[in-house]
Amino acid sequence: MDAYLHSIESFGTVDGPGVRFVVFLQGCPLRCQYCHNPDTWKIETGKRVSAQEILDQYEKQKMYYRNGGITVTGGEPLLQIDFLLELFQKAKKKNIHTCIDTSGITYRDEDTVYCQKLDLLLSETDLILLDIKHVDDAQHKVITGQGNQQILKFLNYLNQKEKLVWIRHVVVPDLTQDEQALYQMGLFLAPFDCIKALDILPYHSMGKIKYQQMGLVYPLENTSDVSIEEAIEAKKIILQGIKDGRKAQSLLSTP
Amino acid sequence: MRQEWAEFLSGHWEKEVNVREFIQKNYQPYDGNASFLAESTKNTKELWEQVSQLNKEEREAGGVLDMDTKVISTIVSHEAAYLDKEKETIVGFQTDKPFKRSLQPYGGIRMAMKACQDNGYQVDDEVVDFFEKHRKTHNAGVFDAYNEEMRACRSSHIITGLPDAYGRGRIIGDYRRVALYGVDYLIEDKKQQKNSTSEVMSEETIREREELSEQIRALQDLKVLGKIYGYDLSVPAKDVKEAIQWLYFAYLAAVKEQNGAAMSLGRTSTFLDIYSERDLKNGTYTEEQIQEFVDHFIMKLRLIKFARTPEYNSLFSGDPTWVTESIGGVGIDGRHLVTKMSFRYLHTLYNLGTSPEPNLTILWSTRLPMDFKRFCAKTSIDTSSVQYENDDLMRVTHGDDYAIACCVSSMRLGKEMQFFGARANLAKCLLYAINGGVDEISKKQIGPRYRPITTEYLDYDEVIQRYEDMMQWLAKVYVNTLNIIHYMHDKYSYERLQMALHDKEVTRWFATGIAGLSVVADSLSAIKYAKVKTIRDENGLVIDYETEGEFPTYGNNDDRVDQLASDLVSKFMQYVKSNPTYRKGVPTTSILTITSNVVYGKATGSTPDGRKAGEAFAPGANPMHGRDKKGAISSLGSVAKLPFKDAQDGISNTFSIIPGALGKDDQVFVGDLEVDLSL
Repeated sequence: MDAYLHSIESFGTVDGPGVRFVVFLQGCPLRCQYCHNPDTWKIETGKRVSAQEILDQYEKQKMYYRNGGITVTGGEPLLQIDFLLELFQKAKKKNIHTCIDTSGITYRDEDTVYCQKLDLLLSETDLILLDIKHVDDAQHKVITGQGNQQILKFLNYLNQKEKLVWIRHVVVPDLTQDEQALYQMGLFLAPFDCIKALDILPYHSMGKIKYQQMGLVYPLENTSDVSIEEAIEAKKIILQGIKDGRKAQSLLSTP
Repeated sequence: MRQEWAEFLSGHWEKEVNVREFIQKNYQPYDGNASFLAESTKNTKELWEQVSQLNKEEREAGGVLDMDTKVISTIVSHEAAYLDKEKETIVGFQTDKPFKRSLQPYGGIRMAMKACQDNGYQVDDEVVDFFEKHRKTHNAGVFDAYNEEMRACRSSHIITGLPDAYGRGRIIGDYRRVALYGVDYLIEDKKQQKNSTSEVMSEETIREREELSEQIRALQDLKVLGKIYGYDLSVPAKDVKEAIQWLYFAYLAAVKEQNGAAMSLGRTSTFLDIYSERDLKNGTYTEEQIQEFVDHFIMKLRLIKFARTPEYNSLFSGDPTWVTESIGGVGIDGRHLVTKMSFRYLHTLYNLGTSPEPNLTILWSTRLPMDFKRFCAKTSIDTSSVQYENDDLMRVTHGDDYAIACCVSSMRLGKEMQFFGARANLAKCLLYAINGGVDEISKKQIGPRYRPITTEYLDYDEVIQRYEDMMQWLAKVYVNTLNIIHYMHDKYSYERLQMALHDKEVTRWFATGIAGLSVVADSLSAIKYAKVKTIRDENGLVIDYETEGEFPTYGNNDDRVDQLASDLVSKFMQYVKSNPTYRKGVPTTSILTITSNVVYGKATGSTPDGRKAGEAFAPGANPMHGRDKKGAISSLGSVAKLPFKDAQDGISNTFSIIPGALGKDDQVFVGDLEVDLSL
């Protein structure tokens, strides 16, 4: 089963632990306003490549990935779940650390066939990077074009399966850079023990050039970049929410 | 034992010149961290303030503050000069004033005149007259011997950057010998060498005897240089301050007489550490004092200056002196060679601020101590001023007492030297192969009249066959041109002081170089895996190419094209080796155009890989800009496949990365699974 590939980054240092071989798959159902890779949106296009070819490339330089592994991102990698399953099954046979960077939008709790596949895939997956765009359903729709119900359910599912999860969240002026929303997100995340890290990304406008090249209108034309200090600030608020949430929880459970 | 050597462990080094054995017997590997380091002293700060002011004035004056136009620079030509005599612990300048550039006409009087003119100075008429009428220069000698073909290759830039009008450099005197033995001992040694030459006065013996006499004279002059500054260099240095000063005087004597393309220092830190450890133990000096000596030494090295032309500076992108100092590495007995002095050298980048010179080069091994690795990484991140080279690779051929000249050329100190040989433009050579030796820009017949390619589309087998023939021709002209250059350099601009600090029998590396490696690899790949159509001018000369279809490019760890690059290096080396070399030089080649790739590109027409006429080549062994599409590891993977055995003079890859791409800022992101999200 061949994948629709966007590109490969052989020296990935920001998508999971260690130095990683990062596979960008083509195609995404979301249209996030701040997306910096609009060229990964279109589905069923891109270079066709087999799981074996990907692993062959990985093997050739595996000495660099001793503390890392493979991360599959996109696009939305779970759109190509069959390929992902084959890739990770092969990778795990070679003891490679596997990681998926996903929005969680493709999750369908009512679809049993899908859930079976997902169960299988997760058994071959060491880490999930889950990108939560916004905790409020309506605002999520504004940002991405779709609601967040499936995403939040997906987190719940990952928690039940006791998978390791890192939460990612992009701080964007006007869209997500809002004290109340950030705190609410912290409260929401509080009960999930599967979450092991919080990765707050400051918005940058470096994707703008791609929109121009593709003849698309850049939705955030007048939005300015977020500084590292602001990102640190946002992270503090979310962490406070998590802590407060957990405190309340422990009070409730105290007899 | 001499009193200066008290407490040192005895060995052969006492009875013969053998610095390496002295180091191996006496040095203490240091596994600790950087916490012992001392900050800059008040005097250092004030001196550096003075230097910064002079730097500013020099910049404002257009790049040159003062030039000597009358006094020909020799080891003893100038009186003492100081920034501030009271504050300087290590002394010595090239001329009678800091920042004043010396006059060195032996490489070529025209170049010396032009360097002055272009900076608004005029060489004294008497000096010009003397060098035009009475004393021949290296440059004049070379042009007496060049043939038509060599001149044509030179002016069409298929061979470029030749050291035929300027000093060849790349020779490192073992300056440590002066500190360890004192000059008198070395003079005695050289006299014995002279007495032991053959009694049959062949051309070779006569040259050897003349050169040894020159070396002895240079050593005698070196003692005079010491006297000018109030030091007696005839005896060994007795402590670390003297050892640094002796060593620096030896280096200074070299740069007073040679305006070489690279005047590197060697591998001095661990040698000096033996002295500083003894002084610390005996309470002779404190850590703060020793760091001050080192700071002042490095400050002097930063102020080495040469008179050069704007063309020279544009070829090398700036005004580099390549005062390369090699630090660290591992000994063949398995002990690493990192000492406290290695830390102190790097620490100057903090005490004096960042600087490209001296070119501090870490001889990197996986077996260096962790704390030193950390300190190197930190210094790199903070200062962007550290170069790294693979000691595990070079130690195999050069042992554990080699140093780097310029940026990558490795040589055993005092035992090996190099004939610097600039570069052959292999991309242009490919165009000559296609056009039957006609230059694509000047349209003149430069190479041999081999049959040109006449088909509309390029056929790989045909091109590669023609290319190999043309490379063979190029290697022959190239080596023969270099033979003339080095013959004349030895004759008219002999490096007498540097060679006095070598053994009698030295290995001479005959360096050649390659420019345009990735252009050729991609071009051959395009011809092999895609379709390349020729675009011809009215005379049928190919002046451009159209490429249809995709082809693998060098820089993606793709064997199909990486193999073409490797083969190219091996092939060219094989052709170079098939030519006789001056003084039995051992051929090597390098792939290291760090800055001159821009100039080479300018002089080269469009190439089959899609690069347009005049566009820059990639530097050194780098992939062409933007063609490595899979990130750093795949890109470096292609470079790593190049055969070091065929490019022993070095392979360089220029690599820059934004800090963010090396990992997340640890304040924003705590990536390991250790985040405390609990109460």
